[in-house]
Amino acid sequence: MNTLKERILTIIEKNSRIDTAELAVMLGTEESEILDALQELENDGIICGYHTMINWDKTGIEKVTALIEVRVTPKRGQGFEDIAERIYKYPEVNTVYLMSGGYDLMVILEGKTLKDVAGFVTNKLSTLDTVIGTTTHFILKKYKDHGTIMAKKREDIREIVTP
Amino acid sequence: MRDDLLAKKTVGLKPSGIRKFFDIVADMKDAISLGVGEPDFDTPWHIRDEGIYSLEKGRTFYTSNAGLKELRMEIASYLKRTQNLDYRYMHEMLVTVGGSEAIDLAMRALINPGDEVLIPQPSYVSYEPTVVLADGVPVFINLKEENRFRLTPEELEAAITPKTKILVMPYPNNPTGAIMEKEDLEKLVPIIVRHDLIVVSDEIYCELTYGGKKHVSIASLPGMQERTILINGFSKAYAMTGWRLGYACGPEPIIRQMTKIHQYCIMCAPTTSQYAAVEALRNGDPDIAMMREAYDERRRFVLHILAKMGLPCFEPEGAFYVFPCIKEFGMTSDEFATTLLKEEKVAIVPGTAFGDCGEGYLRISYAYSIDDLKKALGRLADFVERLRSK
Repeated sequence: MNTLKERILTIIEKNSRIDTAELAVMLGTEESEILDALQELENDGIICGYHTMINWDKTGIEKVTALIEVRVTPKRGQGFEDIAERIYKYPEVNTVYLMSGGYDLMVILEGKTLKDVAGFVTNKLSTLDTVIGTTTHFILKKYKDHGTIMAKKREDIREIVTP
Repeated sequence: MRDDLLAKKTVGLKPSGIRKFFDIVADMKDAISLGVGEPDFDTPWHIRDEGIYSLEKGRTFYTSNAGLKELRMEIASYLKRTQNLDYRYMHEMLVTVGGSEAIDLAMRALINPGDEVLIPQPSYVSYEPTVVLADGVPVFINLKEENRFRLTPEELEAAITPKTKILVMPYPNNPTGAIMEKEDLEKLVPIIVRHDLIVVSDEIYCELTYGGKKHVSIASLPGMQERTILINGFSKAYAMTGWRLGYACGPEPIIRQMTKIHQYCIMCAPTTSQYAAVEALRNGDPDIAMMREAYDERRRFVLHILAKMGLPCFEPEGAFYVFPCIKEFGMTSDEFATTLLKEEKVAIVPGTAFGDCGEGYLRISYAYSIDDLKKALGRLADFVERLRSK
């Protein structure tokens, strides 16, 4: 990874909508260089998408996010890959991590209601034959997500003119 | 009130140009500013955390006058690893209330009435008043844009008289963003030595240099450590302005006198800040690197926009300011800044706040987010266009 790419990633991780011409100025290079680098990063699967941070709590639209601990029996020769794939293919599943510690997979799920989530866990997740147990936690409030503080906007409280 | 009630010396001090401008801006609620001389970053959390922890542990007493031993040892190791300088933390170092106190102490420890102090300008606002209060005579050297606001040996030589005692070296420079590289400094050394000058080197912006150019302390050049008071602090490098913490390093006899004044006037620098600063020096390098990158991106961005506006501006390589020239408009810096503020509600400090030779320039701070810079510079561009079409 060259430093230009690293700088690009650091900046667009915080602001994926930044203008590429502006990015070129900030990094002291040509726009074409930026576009090439972005293309390569996309091709290499390093940039996997350009998402938007949304504070759904403020929209009034009901959404629940659940964090589910899943314990599974790994399959011979497959390890956890197979079961992880079975789970992440469900569109309602947001995130799947393999974990160390007390359980194996962490699944983050978004549903419209508690019932949705409960339905998914009981009907789909628990019935998979390698799943031996689940523990479901509901997220009550997001304070900080992806390095962004959701609660309040940062204010500039400095004196307006200083030497 | 009686005429002779107030000290003549103090009354005679010029009011700060920044202060004057501040009073105008303060009345404007919706003005946006590029006028701030401090980082926009918060102090990194691990540093704040150490400050909080020290309070929880009840570290709420005075430290020794010179500062916490732990902190001075960290400062010594910092100067060793960044400048290859050896300072003994016991006798050659003093922790102060910001770099500003160190400047004041240096002047008071060195100046006898009538001693001349060379102050290259444009530069920070407190050199002149501290010299005057110490009964010294400030002698200004007007730095030139064509020299990229670096001090040349000719300029230095021309300013020296038999009464000259001190040379202030304000680099990396506020407000111009100029730096002095090793070869620039080397040309000054023989003159400084020949005239037996003491250098007060204000290196508060030393961590903020760009384009791969590392700051070189004049104290690190042969024969200079013994005649330099190196002043630095935590405000700019670690975004710790409000903690008020700086330091001075220098020859033992000078530091001893500075410590004496400090002991009577200040006692010691804030204890909480000193504990936080230990953490800053031990684990703050990645924070500095992160902030330096961000400043550098903004620096390029601002220079690009100024170039598009057609405002001439030399490329600054340090601090977080650009110093564009506005002479084409036939207005004073003060007029330009005041009119800009009234018409576009953008606060930019006139160059004259940093010395008369700042006339014809503005100081733009880029210690702001790219979005804020874009908005404010957009207004400046509109203003410039309007002036040109008149």
